[in-house]
Amino acid sequence: MNTVYILWLRQLKRYFRSKSRLIGSLGQPLLFLVALGFGPIYQKAAGGSYIQFLTPGIIAMSVLFTAMFSGIEIIWDRQFGFLKETLVAPVSRMEIMIGRTLGGATVAVIQGTVVFLISFLIGFRIKDFLYLPLFFLFMLLIALLFTALGTAIASKMEDMHGFQLIMNFLVMPLFFLSGALFPLQNLPRALTTIVMLNPLSYGVDGLRGALGAGYQFGFSQDFLLLGAATGALLVIGSYLFSKIEL
Amino acid sequence: MTEKKSEKNLISEKNLIIKVKNLTKVYNGLKAVDNISFGVEKGEIFAFLGPNGAGKTTTIKMLTTLTKPTEGLVRINDYDSVSQENEVRRSFGIVFQDPSLDDQLTAYENMDFHGILYKVPKDLRQKRIEQLLEFVELWERRNSLVKTFSGGMRRRLEVARGLLHHPQILFLDEPTLGLDPQTRTHIWNYIKKLNQEEKVTIFFTTHYMEEAEKVAQRIAIIDHGKIVAQGWLNELKEQTKTKSLEEAFIALTGYEIRDEEVK
Repeated sequence: MNTVYILWLRQLKRYFRSKSRLIGSLGQPLLFLVALGFGPIYQKAAGGSYIQFLTPGIIAMSVLFTAMFSGIEIIWDRQFGFLKETLVAPVSRMEIMIGRTLGGATVAVIQGTVVFLISFLIGFRIKDFLYLPLFFLFMLLIALLFTALGTAIASKMEDMHGFQLIMNFLVMPLFFLSGALFPLQNLPRALTTIVMLNPLSYGVDGLRGALGAGYQFGFSQDFLLLGAATGALLVIGSYLFSKIEL
Repeated sequence: MTEKKSEKNLISEKNLIIKVKNLTKVYNGLKAVDNISFGVEKGEIFAFLGPNGAGKTTTIKMLTTLTKPTEGLVRINDYDSVSQENEVRRSFGIVFQDPSLDDQLTAYENMDFHGILYKVPKDLRQKRIEQLLEFVELWERRNSLVKTFSGGMRRRLEVARGLLHHPQILFLDEPTLGLDPQTRTHIWNYIKKLNQEEKVTIFFTTHYMEEAEKVAQRIAIIDHGKIVAQGWLNELKEQTKTKSLEEAFIALTGYEIRDEEVK
C-alpha cells in the first residue's frame, strides 16, 4: 500500500514542480476555448451556445493529453535511469503500475478540473450541480484509460524518438475524432464509424451529459463502453509493464 | 600474507553469498555473457573487471534480477535470482553505472522513496537517512532538488541510497566513473569502511585498475563474455608475470580497443 502511495505522490510532486508543464498544459485548452468558443458559425448552424458544447470537449482534451503524457513519462524514467531504481526494488510490478497510473490519473483529473474552473470565466455555465460527481467519474475514467494506454506504449518504446509520432498519429486523431469539437449528427458514415470506435467519444459524451449539454449516446452506454475500454487498457498496460526488461 | 591463500580454500560453497554457474545471456543471437561461473564470499571485496562491452553490465543485470539469464544459475544470499526475485532484491543494494535518481525530487525525498519501497519502518528510516546523509556529507543539502547537485554529489547520494535498507551485498557498477580524484578517494574510503564495519560484501566494476588494485581482495576478469582469469591479486600478477594489475589486465585482454555493443 505504501508503495502505491509513494509512487502516486511522486507523480504529483513532479507535476506541481514542473512550472513549464503546468503553464504549457493549460495554454492549449485555453487557446482552443478562446479561439473556437466565440466562433459564430456554430450558433448560425445549429443554434445554442458553442461554449456550452465545446467546454466538455476541451476538458476531455486536457485530461487526454495530461494522462497520456503521464503514462509516457516511463520513457523519461527509463532514459534518466530512475526506472531501474523502482524495478530493482522488492515490490511487485503490479504495485508500481497501480501507483504510477493512479498518480498520472490524479494529475490529469486536476488538470481537467482547472480547465473546468477557468471555463466559467469565459462564460460556461452548468445546469445542475447535482451531476458533478458524474462529471468527475467520467474524467477519472478518461484519465485512467489514457494513462494506462501511455504506460502500455511506453513499456514497448526504447527511447524518446517515438514520442512525437504518438502525439501526432494517436493523440491528435483520438481528440479530433471524438466529437469533442463537433456534434455527431449528419456526419459521413465512415467518420461516424471511426468516432463510435474511439473510446474517448463516450468520455466526451459522458462529460457533456453530466455538465448538462445533453447525451448523444446516453449515460449507460457511455459508462459501460468507456469503463470496459479502461478496464481492458489497465490489464494490457499492466501486462506490458510487467514484461519490461532493462 | 593471507592473500596468498589459494583459490581452492575459498570455494567452500557454504560461505558463498554470490554463486554463479554456467551463466549465459544471448541478445539477438550474440552471446553477451558466455557460460561464466564464479563465486563471491561473504564479506569480501570483489572486483569484476573487463574492457568495454565485455559483458560486465549484462552480468550485473542478471545478478540483480533486471534481466533474466538465457541459461545458467545465479544464487544471491542463497536465493535463486529467477524464482525468488523478491528475496534476492531485498538482499542487495546497487549503485548503477548510469544515474538513477529522480532529479525533480530532493535528496531526502529520493532516500525516503527508496526506504518506503524497501519497507524500512518510518522511525528507522528517518534515523538511517540522517546517518547516511551525514556519512556522505549531504545532510546540509537534504532539501535541495537533486537537479542542483554535481556529479559527485549525485554519486554519493546514490551510494547512501543503496545502503539505506542495510543490504548484505552492495553492487557498484563503475561507481567512480567521471569523478575527480578527491571524490573518488572519498567514495572508496566510505566503501572500505562499510565493508569493515558493517561486513557488507562489495561487488564492483571499474576501469581504473589502480582503484581495483587498492581496494579489491579478489578479482575476476571478463572478456568477450568469458572469464579469462580469476583469483587473488597476487595470483593474477604471478600468472601473467607482471608487476601491476594494469599490466596483468592488458596481458590478459590485449591491446585492441573494443567497440561497445549497444543493446
